[in-house]
This record gives sequence, C-alpha cells and structure tokens, in this order.
Amino acid sequence: MQAMTLQKTSFWVLVAIILAFLTLPALVVIMTSFNPTEILRFPPQGFSLRWYARAFTYSDFQNAFYSGLIVTVVASTIASVVGVAAAYIIDRYQFTGRRLLEFILVSPLIVPRFTTGFGFLLIGAQIGLAGSYPLVILTHIVLVLPFVMRSVYVSLANIDPALERAAANLGASPINVLMRITVPLLTPGIVGGWIVASILSFTEFTASLYVTNYSTQTLPVAMYTYVREYTDPTIAAISALLIVSTTVGMFVVDRFLGLKRILAIETH
Amino acid sequence: MTKRQIWWLLIIPCVLVAAAMIASLLGVFQFSFRRFIPGSLSAGGFTLDNFYGMARPIYLLVILDTLLISFLTAVFCLILSYPVAYALVRTTKEWLRTLLVILAITPLFTGEIVRTYAWMLVLGTQGFINSALLSIGLIDTPLQFMYTRFGVVVALVHFSMPVMIILLATAIGHVNRDCEKAAANLGAPPLSVFWRVTVPLTMPGIIAGTVVIFAWTMSAFATPQLIGGGKVLMISNLVYLQGLSSFNFPLAAMLSLIAFIAAIGSLGAIQPIVARLERRVALQ
Repeated sequence: MQAMTLQKTSFWVLVAIILAFLTLPALVVIMTSFNPTEILRFPPQGFSLRWYARAFTYSDFQNAFYSGLIVTVVASTIASVVGVAAAYIIDRYQFTGRRLLEFILVSPLIVPRFTTGFGFLLIGAQIGLAGSYPLVILTHIVLVLPFVMRSVYVSLANIDPALERAAANLGASPINVLMRITVPLLTPGIVGGWIVASILSFTEFTASLYVTNYSTQTLPVAMYTYVREYTDPTIAAISALLIVSTTVGMFVVDRFLGLKRILAIETH
Repeated sequence: MTKRQIWWLLIIPCVLVAAAMIASLLGVFQFSFRRFIPGSLSAGGFTLDNFYGMARPIYLLVILDTLLISFLTAVFCLILSYPVAYALVRTTKEWLRTLLVILAITPLFTGEIVRTYAWMLVLGTQGFINSALLSIGLIDTPLQFMYTRFGVVVALVHFSMPVMIILLATAIGHVNRDCEKAAANLGAPPLSVFWRVTVPLTMPGIIAGTVVIFAWTMSAFATPQLIGGGKVLMISNLVYLQGLSSFNFPLAAMLSLIAFIAAIGSLGAIQPIVARLERRVALQ
C-alpha cells in the first residue's frame, strides 16, 4: 500500500515538473514585460510599464494590429460559413468525390505552412494580388477551415435526428429544417469553431510572412520584424497581453462550450 | 428548395476553397520544375536542375538535419506528453482536469512568435536559465543554448506538446478500463498494469501522435529561424532564404515540394500500421 502511495506521489510530482516546463516560458515573458531597462536582468531590478506604452504607440504594431483584426474577422467568419456547409454536406450527403473533397479541405493540417504560404504567394503574384488583403484572407480561410469543420462535426454528431425528422414530418421544407432546426442546434459548434479559428488566424505567422506585404502585415509578422531589429522587451509586453487574453479566452470557451467537447477528449 | 438544390448551394463555396488550396500546391509544383532567371520573379522553361540540385551536400545536410530534429522532437514530445495526458484523463477531480486542459492547451493558441520569443528569453546567454544557474553558482560562464540544435529541439518539443497531449488524451480516453481492472485483480502491480495493459492499448494513438508531431515539426519555421539563428537550418529556413531573400522561387518551390512529400509520405506510411494495431487492440 505504501509503495502505491509512493508511486502515486512520484507520478504527480512528475506531472507537476512537466507542467512547470510548459508554463515557464509564459511566466518568464510576463516577468520580462515589466523589466525597467532595455537590458534584460533576471530577476528584474524594479517595475515599469514603459514597454507596454511603447507597444501601444509604435505605429508598425498599431497598423499590424488593425490589419490583423480585419484579416481575422473576415477570414474566420467566411471560414465558419464554409465550414458549416462543408461539414454538413460531407456528413449528411453521399456523393462521388466526398472523401476527396474532405481530404483536400483538411489537408492544410498536414501540408507544411510554408508550402501553403509560398504556394499562395506564387499564385497571388501570377494574378497580381501579391500582398493584398484578398490573398491574405483567402490563405487564412484555407488554414483555419479544418478547425471549424472539426468543431461543427462534433456538434452535428450530437444532434438528435428525431428533431429534424419531426420538423420535416410537420411539413417544414428541407431548407426550413436546415435553417430553423439544424443550424440553431449547431450554434455551440459554430461559435466554438469561430473562436478557435479567429485565435489561430490572429496568431498565424509562417504563411502570413509569405502572403503579406508591409501594408497588410499581421501582428505576428510585425513582431518578427521587430525581434530581428531590436532586443528591448517591447515584444514581451505584447506577448504577455496575448498570453493573458488567450488564457482568459480559454477559460471562457471552457465555461460555456466545454474545451474537452471541442477537443473531443473522453474522460473517465 | 429540394435537398438536391441545397446540396448545390452548399457545395459551391467548399469547391472554391478546395480549388484555392489545390491551386497553391500546383503553383509550388509547377515552379519546382522551372528554370531560375536571376534578377527576375518569373521563371524560365521546364528543367530538372532544381531537383538534381538537392543532391548537393548543403541541401542534403539540411534535409537530414530537418529529419533528425523532427524525430528527436517527436520522441521527447511523446515522453513528456504521456504523463500529462494520462493525468488529464484519469484524475477524478474536475477542477484539476480543467486546470490541466487550460495549462496544456493554451500554449497552442498563443502562436509561434510569442512562444519562440519566450524561449529566447529563457535560453539566451543572459536569459532565465543562465541567470538562475549563475546566481546559485552552478556555473561560472553562461551556457550556450541559443543557435544550437539542443535549444531548437527544446523549444520545438514545447511547441508540439499541446497537440500531442490532445491526441494521447483521446487514445487514453478510449481504453476499456475493465482490461486494467482484470489485470489488477489477477495480481499485477500498478506499474505492470500500466506498461503491459494501458501502454499497449494506446499504442495506435502513440504511433499516430508521434508521426503527426514528426510531420508537424518538419513545417516549423519561426523556432529554427529565431533560436537556430542561421546556425541550425531546417528546410523551412532554406525556403525562406531562397524564396524571400534571394528570390529564387524555383529552388524554394522544390524545397517546399520535398517538405510536402516528406510530411504526406510519413503520415501515409503509418496509416496501415495504425489500422492493424487498432484492429488488434479492438479484439482485446
């Protein structure tokens, strides 16, 4: 019995160490963001908000924040509509090319990001759209679509088919059943998918580096350029804000939609 | 509107997005086999030179290095993720589960740049680890983590852990606990139950997860770019160097194509193995 307790304790100690490894970088970033001088010191000698002030007033970051926001909102909204359409027809219809269509739509998960980004740069250059918003948005739609589809699949599987049948039996036309029964029941999946898609789109870096130019660059691209030019902790301030808001966002998503359900993890 | 018409309405946007994805891959494919014209963004006629060029030692070394780094990342990622996934699925306390999910998953959503920058602060010469070790007197001179393969692998393992934890938690969640209880009732100590029942039953998830991370790591860019700093090169960094610095689109396209084939190939190759293991596990 004592051996078992020892094993249990050492298991949880191990888990705690691994979690410390997972969390350490985020804590170091938050600590650094309050560093009073340009030179990094651990532990920081004092406390200052000057890097937050610089992050908010540096014009490249302001512009990148707004371009990023435009790209994120437009791309995740379109991706949500397309994602619902794709998940619905792939789940509910039988047609030739169904598996192929699904494979192509989820392929951005396995195709390297830089291959996708570079490919969109090449076709964008050929049709004269290189660096333009439409190209950046199209790239982001393609990249986040698999995540929306996954979220909608989970919701589709949870719909009681009797509800759709009942509506049809009571005389609702197929489009009415879809718009007034199915889509409302899918709302948690669509909202969850949209949130995940917009977080991924807002923080997407590799493909964006290829398809954006100076006027359409998103926040991660501007941050990358800054890291290569300066060594001060301004990036730590932005990173700290992103880390804190993402963590809060995760708690909200978990509270209202259940992260485990979106991620399809079963527990005992 | 009939069901058929709804189908037509819904498939149009899906086909458009799918066509865009295919077009981008065809763009890469097409440029891989065209001649590079120095000083011009458009490419010349058909050639196999870019393909043969890959046999040059510098490219072969980078491709091998990419495979090695991806392999090490996948293995260490598995070792560190399994205990967390196990704890996440098996804990009986709901608050602890929520905390584990949030801590484990949040890094996935902060993006490549934030996480890579964070590791630069941790691993740098004046970074967190060196400052800590210097101040407790364990070392006299800072250790070199930046611009080393070790530093890149550490950051990449951290980068891939959320995905690995999700995949492993799904596999562990599907284990039929009666098998574990039967083994325990027959007198197996907890550790043998774990090694001889739980681990074999989750083997399809372990293999699938490891290969997914392997393929995923091959496409990592920001981490080797910033932590490798040009001293550790992966295919992604060469694509960037050739494509966006030298504007040699054909060569960058060929490198992207190779990375694409390696990723798809490694995932395709394990499908039969995972399927066979899953059938065996299902029989038990």
